Amino acid sequence: MSVATAAVEVRDTSKRYGSLRALDGVSLTVEQGEFFALLGPNGAGKTTLISALGGLVRPDSGRLRILGRDVATEYGEARRLLGIVPQEVVFDPFFSVRETLELQSGYFGLRGNRAWIDELLERLALGAKADANMRSLSGGMKRRVMVAQALVHRPPVIVLDEPTAGVDVELRQTLWHFVRELNAAGHTIVLTTHYLEEAQHLCSRIAMMKAGRIVALDSTRRLLAAFSERVLRVKLESGDLPETLSRGATLDTAGWHRIPVENASQVEQALARLRESGAEVSHLEVAEPELEEVFVKIMARTEAPSREAA
Amino acid sequence: MTLGFRALFVKEVMRFWKVSFQTVAAPVLSALLFLVIFSHALSGRVEAYPGVPYAQFLVPGLAMMSMLQNAFANASSSLIQSKITGNIVFILLAPLTPGDLFAAYLLAAVVRAVVVGAGVVIAVAWLVPMPFPNLLWLFAFTLTGVGILGALGIIAGIWAEKFDQLAAFQNFFILPLTFLAGVFYSVDSLPPFWQAASHLNPFFYAIDGFRYAFFGKADVSPWVSLAIASAAFCALSWLTLRLLRSGYKLRH
Repeated sequence: MSVATAAVEVRDTSKRYGSLRALDGVSLTVEQGEFFALLGPNGAGKTTLISALGGLVRPDSGRLRILGRDVATEYGEARRLLGIVPQEVVFDPFFSVRETLELQSGYFGLRGNRAWIDELLERLALGAKADANMRSLSGGMKRRVMVAQALVHRPPVIVLDEPTAGVDVELRQTLWHFVRELNAAGHTIVLTTHYLEEAQHLCSRIAMMKAGRIVALDSTRRLLAAFSERVLRVKLESGDLPETLSRGATLDTAGWHRIPVENASQVEQALARLRESGAEVSHLEVAEPELEEVFVKIMARTEAPSREAA
Repeated sequence: MTLGFRALFVKEVMRFWKVSFQTVAAPVLSALLFLVIFSHALSGRVEAYPGVPYAQFLVPGLAMMSMLQNAFANASSSLIQSKITGNIVFILLAPLTPGDLFAAYLLAAVVRAVVVGAGVVIAVAWLVPMPFPNLLWLFAFTLTGVGILGALGIIAGIWAEKFDQLAAFQNFFILPLTFLAGVFYSVDSLPPFWQAASHLNPFFYAIDGFRYAFFGKADVSPWVSLAIASAAFCALSWLTLRLLRSGYKLRH
């Protein structure tokens, strides 16, 4: 039985900047067709790892492959298979949107790519601005152009480094709709974001980084199951939680009681006990497991390793 | 080289052409002003070559100086702007080889230099009638001289991290070497020490050889000039390619 080549393979990759370990023995694999999230606080090493995949950063040790192509020794092939949307908004002020995309297409040796460029312009709602100079675009529009630049050569592996940072709801919706379609069509998506709800809803697997290391790597479902829980949140107008509910419940500073529940029948049971106890409920909601909670717990439990190189 | 080279070359030519008032017209005007001022001040007092009026003597030197300076400016300013604004990332993420980068930036520098040089010669033609040049020598010294400065421009663009570092490179290295390369005078007229110093300047050979193409006269043999200018071009090309291969200040 043949095993499909991994879309992204990172093995024992380290990178130092002076005494700072930006990447400290990172290993991970992203399978073809996955929608994968790479999460972590600022400075965790996410962008360094992405830059190493694109050949912008040269690791001190380790190997990185895109669909089996080594990013150092087979960089031409590896870069053709990879599209990266950088985190910083960057543009060339000399050119229009269409010129920017045609030139980018040309860098990959593609000619006659106009139909795909037109489709990108349309799908990213850039058609009306196709002949506008890059300088005249808003920040959100520039970011759309960057997405189009990364996709202009139809890469099977797409890396989005905080693509929705500081952009409006419209772009987010347009972008995620398009990226979901690309994923459905077989493209592998690697996403970094600080909007954890985006990662939770979009990604099937998640890696979390801290201080240059992978500190968690599992499916979104398993991470949520292990580190978060469904809770019934109630605020009481009068009375107290009955003893049967207060065991395992917590009270936050805003006065909400958080009662862990596994399913709808446990919610019903909890409400029945509240009624029986005579407590009067003023506010009530059921909160689903949240990636934010997982993230906070994992970051808190993981002792920050020293980033000073020996 | 890959097919991507062509796109990068086109981009580099488009970049300077879109601001041609600044990148072509301005240097042509500067050369014209130099010609008018120096020929007015020195015509009749200086005869650099026997039988060659001073204004005529000036034209090839000014044209070559303009070409050298603009070849440097094109490659260096494009790279530093791309680095500082960050848009170089989209070039570095593409499957372009070091040879592609070198050839595209260098050839675009040559194109700008040739456009400026042609502009200078055409603009002064109605002021100073020039003999028809020997085209082989003209092309040989244009390509080697401009190639030297194009390669230096790439090196400076890679090395500089700030605009003032590039300006320092340009003002304290390129400008003095081009001005002191025999543009305004024959190096033979200098005292022995300065003659010897001028002979250490590779730009001198490009200008001296370029002038030979017009007058059939030069301070040193055009073959010697071509050999030295070619050697300098090859050495700088090797260094530039080596820097690009290593990723120096581009891939961290």
